[in-house]
Amino acid sequence: MRKHDPEPPDPRTAAATPDQPQAVCVACRAGRVDGDGYCEHCGHAQPRERDHMEQESGPLAAVSDRGLRHHRNEDAFAVGRATLPDGSPAAVAIVCDGVSSATRPDEASLAASRTATELLLAALPRGTHPQQAMHEAIVAAAQAVDALAEEPASAREHAPHHNAPACTLVGAVVTPGLLVVGWVGDSRAYWVPADRSAPPARLTEDDSWAAQMVAAGLMSEAQAYADERAHAITGWLGADAYELEPHTASFEPDRPGVVVVCTDGLWNYAETAEEMAEVLPPDAAARPLHAARVLVGHALDGGGHDNVTVALVPFPAVPHGAGSA
Amino acid sequence: MANFSKSSVPRFSVEVYQNEYLPEGGREINAIVTVTATGGGTAGGAVTAPDQYAAPGQGPSAAVVIMVDCSGSMDYPPTKMRGARDATAAAVDTLRDGVHFAVVAGTHQAGEIYPGGGRLAVADATTRAQAKAALRRLGAGGGTAIGTWLRLADRLLSSADVAIRHGILLTDGRNEHESPEDLRATLQACAGRFTCDARGVGTDWDVKEVTGIASALLGTADIVADPAGLAADFTRMMETAMGKGVADVALRVWTPVGTTLTFLKQVAPTVEDLTDRRIEAGPRAGDYPTGSWGDESRDYHLCVRVPVAHVGQEMLAARVSLVVPRTGGAVQNLGAQGLVRAVWTDDMAASTAINPQVAHYTGQAELARVIQQGLDLRKAGDIDGATAKLGRAVQLAGASGNADTAKLLAKVVDVVDAATGTVRLKAKVAEADEMTLETRSTKTVRVKK
Repeated sequence: MRKHDPEPPDPRTAAATPDQPQAVCVACRAGRVDGDGYCEHCGHAQPRERDHMEQESGPLAAVSDRGLRHHRNEDAFAVGRATLPDGSPAAVAIVCDGVSSATRPDEASLAASRTATELLLAALPRGTHPQQAMHEAIVAAAQAVDALAEEPASAREHAPHHNAPACTLVGAVVTPGLLVVGWVGDSRAYWVPADRSAPPARLTEDDSWAAQMVAAGLMSEAQAYADERAHAITGWLGADAYELEPHTASFEPDRPGVVVVCTDGLWNYAETAEEMAEVLPPDAAARPLHAARVLVGHALDGGGHDNVTVALVPFPAVPHGAGSA
Repeated sequence: MANFSKSSVPRFSVEVYQNEYLPEGGREINAIVTVTATGGGTAGGAVTAPDQYAAPGQGPSAAVVIMVDCSGSMDYPPTKMRGARDATAAAVDTLRDGVHFAVVAGTHQAGEIYPGGGRLAVADATTRAQAKAALRRLGAGGGTAIGTWLRLADRLLSSADVAIRHGILLTDGRNEHESPEDLRATLQACAGRFTCDARGVGTDWDVKEVTGIASALLGTADIVADPAGLAADFTRMMETAMGKGVADVALRVWTPVGTTLTFLKQVAPTVEDLTDRRIEAGPRAGDYPTGSWGDESRDYHLCVRVPVAHVGQEMLAARVSLVVPRTGGAVQNLGAQGLVRAVWTDDMAASTAINPQVAHYTGQAELARVIQQGLDLRKAGDIDGATAKLGRAVQLAGASGNADTAKLLAKVVDVVDAATGTVRLKAKVAEADEMTLETRSTKTVRVKK
C-alpha cells in the first residue's frame, strides 16, 4: 500500500478565516473549523451568524432565531427609522420567512427584507403615503426575490428542490398618527395596546389554506388550523408566484400600543391576539429588545419547531433620541 | 506550481448531487459526484503534471505500448492476424509526433517487435514507417500468457520519463499458459504504473479476463467480434490516449470522525466499484485512483454512514477533492472540491425524497449486476433464474433510457413486455452477442435531462 502524507494546509482555506485561525469546533471541542464552516474533526456545522440575530434601533427592536429543529435560519428581518417631510418620525420593520420547500430560502428572506426596508426608508422622507410606500416596498421585494432565481445557485447548495427562491413578508410602518401594515403569505402583525384592558387584534389575514377555508365559510377556524394543510401558503414573493397580491392596511389607533411583527415560528405558539398579548411583556414599548427576546424564548420553550423572528414597533412613533426616555 | 497556472492545463470541476436531508435517526447519505475535466488534451496543448513539461501547442509527454496477441489461434481464421496488423498500423499512424512507443508480440512469452532492445521509439515519420514495416514480423504461433506481455510493457513504459503511460492490449484467446494467480499478481504490480485498454477479438477469449485487465489498469474493455473492425477501434483508442492531459489522478475522500465510507463506485461512463482501492492518505482521508484524464466527465456514487445526530443538526459527511500523488509522498491538489452534507430534519417530505441522480445510478448499477448474474445463471443452466434476472435488466434498461444495453439484451432474450420485464430466453444466441452483452454490461447512461 502506498501512503500519502497529508496535504499542507490549503492557503485559500487559511485566507478565509484570517481573524480566527484557531477557531475550535463548538460540537466536539477537538477540531478546528475549516473554511467552509465545518469542523475538521467531527464534521459538524458551526453556528452561523444568522442562527441568532438581534437588533435594536431606538424604540424598536427585532430578534431572529434558528429555533430547535431547523438546521439554519431562513427567516430575516430589517428595521429602520426615517423622518417624514413634516419632521415627524417614522419607524419601519420588515420580517420575512423563507419558503423551505424552495431553493435558497435564506437568501430570499434576506433580499426581501432588506429591499423592502430600503425602499420604505427612501420613500417615506419623500412624502410618499406610508400605505402606498408599503405597497411599493412589497413589489420591490418581490422583484428582488425574482432576481435571485436568475442567479446560479451558490456552489455548496444543491438542494433537492430546484424551484425558484421564495419567502413571505410582513411589515409595519408607524408614524405619530398612523399604523400601516403590509404582507404576503402567512407571517403576521398583531396589535397589543399598552393598556391591557383594551382588546388586542390581529392586523393581517394569512395567505394560507386555512385562512381561505375559514374565509370561504367552509371550515371553522379550529377545524381549519387542525388540518395538516393549514400552513400551506397561497401567496408568497418569488419567481414561482402566479400573481403577486400585496395586502396593505392602514390604522389610526386611538391609544398607544405595540405592533408585533412576526413569522409563524412565533405565532404557532401564540396564535390568537389574546395569547400574543398574554406573552408580550407589559413593558414592551419601553424595553422592546427584552420583550422580543421574551417572545422568541416563548417559542423555543414551546418546542422551537420553526425559525422564530419577531420585530416590536411601539405606537406612536417618537422623535429620534426620545426613544429611551 | 508555476506551470499549473497555464491556461492549457485541464481544469477540474466537482459537482455534488444529493439529498442531504435525513430523518431523526437517519445514518446513510448517498451522493453522486460529477467530476469534469476541461481544457485538457483533446483541446490541444495540455500540460499536466507540474513536473512534466511540454512545449506549447503540444500534448503532454506520453508513452504507449501496443500488445498484440500472436498465439497460434490468431491464424484461425487468418483474418484475425491480418486485422491485428492493420489495426496496429492504424494505431501507429495515430501517434502524435514525439510520443514514445513500442509494439510487443504476445504469446506464452512477450517479444519486442519494434523498436527492440528494451527501448521505446519516439514517433515521427521515420519511426512510424519503420514500425509498420516491422509489423510483418507479427506472426501467429505459440501460447498465451498475458502477464508476460504486461510485464514487458511495464518495463518499456518505465524507461521513459513521461506524464502519460498507456497500453493497448489485444487478445483472441484465454490466458492458458500462466495461472490466474500469476496474472492477478502482474495486474497488482502494474496498477498505478500505467493504464491499459483491453480488447478481445473473435469469441474464444474470456470476458472476465479482459474486463479484469481493463478494470485493474483503469482502461476500457470491449469486444471486437469481427477482425475487420479492429483498425477503427485501435484508431479510436489511440486518439483517446493522445487526448489524455493528466495522469494518476486520485479522488481524495475525507470523512469526519465516526463517519465511514460504505462504498465508492464510478457509475459513469461505466460501473466500477472503487471501494477496495482505497490508499490511506492522512487522518480520515483516502485516495481512490482514477487513472488519466482527457476532456471528459465521470460520475461517482458515494455512500457514507454518519453518526446519529439530532433534528436541526448539520454536518459535513464527506469532502471530495482531486489530487495527483507526487514522488516523495507529496500531492498536488487539483483545486476542485465537493461537499457532501448531512442535515437532520423532521420534514418527512424532505428526508424521504430520493435525489434523481442517486436513483438513476442506483438503477444503472443494478442493471450491470443483474446482466452479469443473468448470464452466469444461463451458463449454469438455471433457465428460470436467468429469465428473472435478464427480465429485470430489460425493465431497468428501458426505464432508464439505456438504449444500447436494451438492444444488446434483445439479442439474448425475446422481450414480451419491457415495462414489466417479461422476457423469454432465446433458444439460440450467437456467442458474439452474449459476449458483447457481458463485456458492455457495465456501460451506463447519464440522467435524462
